[in-house]
Amino acid sequence: MNRTSIASLAILVSITAACGGDKSGSASSSATSSSGSVDLTGAGATFPYPLYSKWFADYAAQTGVKINYQSIGSGGGIRQLSEGTVDFGASDSPMSDEDIAKAKGPVMHFPTVLGAVAVTYNLPEVTTALRLSGPVLADIFAGRITRWNDAKIASLNPGVKLPATDILVVHRSDGSGTTFVFTDYLSTVSPAWASGPGRGKEVSWPVGLGGKGNEGVSGQVKQTPGSLGYVELAYAKQNNLPSAAIQNAAGKFVAPSPEGMTAAAAGVAETLPGNTDYRLSIVNAAGPDAYPISSFTWILLYAQQSDSVKGRKLRDFLKWALNEGEKQAASLDYAPLPASMASRLTARLDSIKVGTTQ
Amino acid sequence: MTEAAARLTGDPLDTRSARPIGTSARGDKVFEIVITAFAVSIPALLVIIAISIGLAAWPALSRSGISFLTESTWDVAAGKFGAAPAIYGTVVSSALALIIATPLALGVSIFLSEIAPKWLRQPVGFLVDLLAAIPSVVYGLWGIFVLIPLLRDPIGPFLRDTLHLGSTPLFSGPNYGYSMLAAGLILAIMILPFISAVTREVLLAVPRSQRDAALALGATRWEMIRDAVLPFARSGIIGGIILGLGRALGETMAVTMLIGNRPEIASSLFAPGYTMASLIANEFTEATSDAHLSALMAVGAVLFVVTLIVNALARWLVWRVTRVGR
Repeated sequence: MNRTSIASLAILVSITAACGGDKSGSASSSATSSSGSVDLTGAGATFPYPLYSKWFADYAAQTGVKINYQSIGSGGGIRQLSEGTVDFGASDSPMSDEDIAKAKGPVMHFPTVLGAVAVTYNLPEVTTALRLSGPVLADIFAGRITRWNDAKIASLNPGVKLPATDILVVHRSDGSGTTFVFTDYLSTVSPAWASGPGRGKEVSWPVGLGGKGNEGVSGQVKQTPGSLGYVELAYAKQNNLPSAAIQNAAGKFVAPSPEGMTAAAAGVAETLPGNTDYRLSIVNAAGPDAYPISSFTWILLYAQQSDSVKGRKLRDFLKWALNEGEKQAASLDYAPLPASMASRLTARLDSIKVGTTQ
Repeated sequence: MTEAAARLTGDPLDTRSARPIGTSARGDKVFEIVITAFAVSIPALLVIIAISIGLAAWPALSRSGISFLTESTWDVAAGKFGAAPAIYGTVVSSALALIIATPLALGVSIFLSEIAPKWLRQPVGFLVDLLAAIPSVVYGLWGIFVLIPLLRDPIGPFLRDTLHLGSTPLFSGPNYGYSMLAAGLILAIMILPFISAVTREVLLAVPRSQRDAALALGATRWEMIRDAVLPFARSGIIGGIILGLGRALGETMAVTMLIGNRPEIASSLFAPGYTMASLIANEFTEATSDAHLSALMAVGAVLFVVTLIVNALARWLVWRVTRVGR
C-alpha cells in the first residue's frame, strides 16, 4: 500500500515537473533554467541509488543542473519512462523487447556501474569461507540438494566439517533486480533451472522462504542456523555477512568483490561487437578473476530526445558520470566500468538525437 | 456520555447571541451545496476506486476466469496467475488472529468494565488502546527479533513434542519460525485493541439495572456477567470482532515480514504462506508486463470485495446494536 501511494505520488510529481519543463523548452531553446527548479527527473532502481544520489549532488554543486531521482524500483522506472513521465529511467535488468515496444520510441541502455550478488549463509560451525559452484547452487535452490553435508557440497569444500542439517533456502519475495541477476546466473549454468523456474525479477521458487528486500533475506539468514540466501554485495559487505566463494567459468573460486565484477565486465567488453545495444548479461563471464554473479545496472533514455534543452543536459550529465562519476563508485562498494567500456560509452552518447532537427 | 451531559448543560445560544439570526438565507444555500458536495464526493470516490480496480483487473479475470481463484500456481515468468494460496493465506491468517485475539480481548474488556477497580480502568484501557498506535512495520521488526526466535525455540517444540501435536497435520513439518502461525500471532496482537475497544464500550453501555436485576436474583458475579451482560452486548461484540477481522484481512507490512512469502497451501501452521496484501506489496514495484500488472490488480479486486463484505457486515451489526441499546 505504502509503495503504491509513493509510486503514484512520484508519478504526480514527475508529471508536474515534465509539464513545466515542456513549456519552457518549447518557448525558447536557450537556457531558461531558473535556480530552485528541477532540470531533469528520473526514476527507477533502488540498488544504485546511494551512488546516484551522490552523483546528482556533486553534479548540481559543479554545474547547477538539478536532477530529481526517485528510487521506486526498476519496474517502476521502466513504466514511468514508457509513459514519458520522467526524462530517464534506471534499471538493474535490461528492458525486454516487449517493454521497449510499449515505450514511446527506441530506448538506449547505458551501463553505469556494476553490482554483484553475494551468496550468504549461516553455519556457525564453519569458520572458513564456503565454496560453491553454479550447478550446486542451482541444485540447492531447486531442492535437489537438501542437506549441508551432501557429497556435492563436501567435494567442493575438502577439510571443512559440514553439519548434517537441512539447508533452509531464503530468497527474495519482492520483485527485484537482484533476483533477476541471480536467476540469470542459475539459468546460465544449469539447463534444468533454465527450463524450470527460469530467469526473472520474480520466479516460482521450488523451495524456501521469501524475505522482502535485502534486509528481509539477510534478517532471516542471520537468525536461522543452516540457512542460505542471496543479497546484493554492497548490502552483505556493509552488514558483515559471510559470502561464499563461487566457482567461475575458469574453474577458480572467487569471493565477491568490486575487482571481481570489473574483471567480469572486462572479459565481456573485449569481445563486444561494434553495434551492441549494451543489454548485456555478464554472469558466468570468462576470465580467471571474474566473479560469476555480476551485473551491470543501467540508465535508460530515449534515443530521440524531443526536448533539446533537457536532451543536452542529460547527455552532458552522462558524459560527466561516465568519466568523473565512475571514480566515486568503489568508495560506495560499487564497481566502476572497465575504462575501455566507459570511453566507448562516452562516444556513444553523441548518437543520442537531441531536438527535432539534429 | 460525559460529552452528552456537557452538551445538555452548556447553552449554545449564549455564544452566538451577538450575531443577528435568520438574515442569511443565501449562506444556508451555499452551506447546503458545499455539504452535499462533501457527502457525495466520498461515495463517489469509493465507486471510482472500485471501477478503476475492476477495469485494470478485467484482462486477468476474463483470461483466467474462475481458475484465478482456484489455481495455486503463481509463476510470473510462465504467465500463470493463480491466487488460491494468497486467498487461503489471507483467510487462514485472519481466522487464526481472531481465534487468538477474541478471547483475550473479551477478557480484557470484561475485566475493565466489570471487575477492575475504577482507578485501574483508565491506565490499563489506555495501554491496550496504545497497541493500535504502533506502526505495523514496528510490529514486523518485533516479530523478526522476538516472536520468530520464540516460536522456533520454546513455542514450536512445546506444541509439537510436549503437547504431542506434531503428529496432527496442523503442527507437522519443519518449524523455521517464519510461518502462518507467526502471521496469525502478530495479527492477533494488532487487532486486539480494536476488538477490546469496541467491546469495552458496548459492555459499559449495558444498563446498570440489568446487572442489579441479576444480582438481586442471587446470581454470582460470573453468572451476572454470563447471563445478563454478555447476551445484552452480543451484537456489539460481534461487530467489534468483525472490525478486527477487517483490519487483519488488509494488514500488509507486518505479515509480509513474518509469513515467509511462499505461495503454497499447506495444512501445517509451521509452514510458510502468503497473503493477498503481501503479494501485491511484494510484486507491484517491479511489475512491468501488462498480464502481471493486471493479475496483481485482480488480486487487489478480490481483496477489495472481501474487505467490503466484511465491513458492510460490521456496519450492519453496529447499527443493530445501537438500535437495541436504545
